Amino acid sequence: MSAATNAPAALDVPRHHAFSRFCRAFAKRPAGLAGLGLLVAFGVLALVAPLFIGDDQLNVIKVDGPQLSPPVDGYPLGTDQAGRSVLLLVIWGSRESLSIGLIATALTVVLGSAVGLLAGHYQGWIGKILMHVTDWFIALPSLPLAISLSAVLGQGAASITIAIAVTSWTATARLVRAQTLAVEARPFIERAKVLGAGNTQIMIRHVLPNVMPLILVSSTLTVASAILSEATLTFLGLGDPTSVTWGSMLQAAFLGGAVTAGAWWYLMPPGIAILIVVLGFTLVGRAVEHVLNPRMVGR
Amino acid sequence: MSSLTAAGLAKAKGQGVKRSDLLPYLGSKLAAALVSFMVTLVIGFVLFSLMPADPVRTLTRGRPTSEAQLVQIRLQLGLDDPIWQRFLTFVGNTLKGELGYSWQFQQSVSSLVLDRLGPTLLLTGTATVLSIALGLWLGIRSGWRHGSLFDRIASGTSLMLWSVPTFWLGMILLVAFSVGIGPIPSLLPAGGMSDPSLPQEGWAHVVDVAKHLVLPSLTMVLVVFAQYVTVMRTSIIDEMGSPYLLTARAKGLTDDAVRRRHAVPNALLPSVTMIFMHLGILVSGAITVESVYSWPGLGYLTYEALRIPDLPLLQGTFIVFSASVIIMNLLADVVYRFLDPRVRAQ
Repeated sequence: MSAATNAPAALDVPRHHAFSRFCRAFAKRPAGLAGLGLLVAFGVLALVAPLFIGDDQLNVIKVDGPQLSPPVDGYPLGTDQAGRSVLLLVIWGSRESLSIGLIATALTVVLGSAVGLLAGHYQGWIGKILMHVTDWFIALPSLPLAISLSAVLGQGAASITIAIAVTSWTATARLVRAQTLAVEARPFIERAKVLGAGNTQIMIRHVLPNVMPLILVSSTLTVASAILSEATLTFLGLGDPTSVTWGSMLQAAFLGGAVTAGAWWYLMPPGIAILIVVLGFTLVGRAVEHVLNPRMVGR
Repeated sequence: MSSLTAAGLAKAKGQGVKRSDLLPYLGSKLAAALVSFMVTLVIGFVLFSLMPADPVRTLTRGRPTSEAQLVQIRLQLGLDDPIWQRFLTFVGNTLKGELGYSWQFQQSVSSLVLDRLGPTLLLTGTATVLSIALGLWLGIRSGWRHGSLFDRIASGTSLMLWSVPTFWLGMILLVAFSVGIGPIPSLLPAGGMSDPSLPQEGWAHVVDVAKHLVLPSLTMVLVVFAQYVTVMRTSIIDEMGSPYLLTARAKGLTDDAVRRRHAVPNALLPSVTMIFMHLGILVSGAITVESVYSWPGLGYLTYEALRIPDLPLLQGTFIVFSASVIIMNLLADVVYRFLDPRVRAQ
């Protein structure tokens, strides 16, 4: 990390070294590797899903399986109320669940980093106001705010994504601000200022690359909570009723009486899928954190 | 770093001053809490009064209404007044405890909230006490011997439970213990707070409510305690290297005494703040758990409001939830000051 920024003129060579060193250190953490493996497997499955899942398997009118049946031949995880294969639904649901999680995280990280960088760089009244706004948002309970926001914006993936971003950017903002303050105290920033670098140049060219690793760690953990929030908000009825996500499967199961029917085969797969993906992101995030922060050895 | 405006103020003012500045400290905390509440009101106003495109259309959805009636409703809701006037009316009403009129229940939101407050307090209270006890105990144990088998099992379990949506865990517990699968018979009631066929008073009622309470509070405990384990474990590990523990050991104290008398009291302090700061999670837990178990509290009220969506009711629950978190944070600041002499001395 420091090698990359001390010599920006030497272009990509030190940066490349730092990256390969990071990869080697990451490879020594079995939990992180396991998490990465799970994520890659799910990602590939989500990407190739359209090759073998089509309208014939998803349209409630076209399917012809037994209704709400336990696992049988041809339906390894059983079927839902309409007779669709739960296995195929879970695979198909991963597409939207993952993309909402990733897009919401991207929004969160951009918003949080921008606020954090600005608050850390402009330490005058701009920074103060930004930190007050952050503190107010931290004090608000996130689920009621997210629920209210997406209820007002109307059902759908877009409003859920916005609601997640609006309620989760604060953690990133505080983290980035703290790191920005630390970086700005270093001599090379003073050198850049003396050489005539403007505010924008200092923030983008000098501070941001140093804050980036931290943003990376926090975003892996943000994906995990964004996927959980997506499932929760969709379950509460704020999602697009026609699309298939893990949250909407569980909502359909709950409203369709799968609980009373004891249809565990319908309830288990979406929840376990969420568990695996969230666990994957958390494990990767922790491993990256350990690699980047040597002080955390032994925790 | 000070987390709130007033915290910084208090710090700046309180340097070198001892106990006597308790009142200014409380005052500044109270002021900060009031500012937070005002911000909540502004956000609530923007969300529910400015953002919905046409409240009258939503209100009269699906019903034939004449133009004259629409004008009448707009007048009643004060939608044609200037924004600042609507905001002042809204703030005034909220401070008076008038949270509006629910569209679906045809009842004032405040009375609905009051009705549902008791069950929510019962559920979250039970769950908090149990999860703090369980979480702190496990956290102390696994932090003290971090890396041990016990630690790995405890940390692994908390991580797994953290990675699972609360409502899903609730449904699985419902299937397992209420509906019953395979050899497990139906043990506990599926939802609600009491059986309407039983008398609603006396000892039988208490037992009945307790039975209904088991699964919802278990679900909340399972989700919440994991946070406390992590927090407590980390702060125990932070204390582990401290020289005063070496001193305690050098005096010849047993490992057990060093942990209980010296490490735990110090490690408990950051955990107390973290526990209060995580109260938002408890609120989220209340919403999802109550929805799954039809527990007649504020969370279930939110769920019912969402289905319409009944905006005044949603606004009411949003304000109540936010206010309770703000009050809890204020309490945390006050309690923390009494617990930690170092904060007082600063």
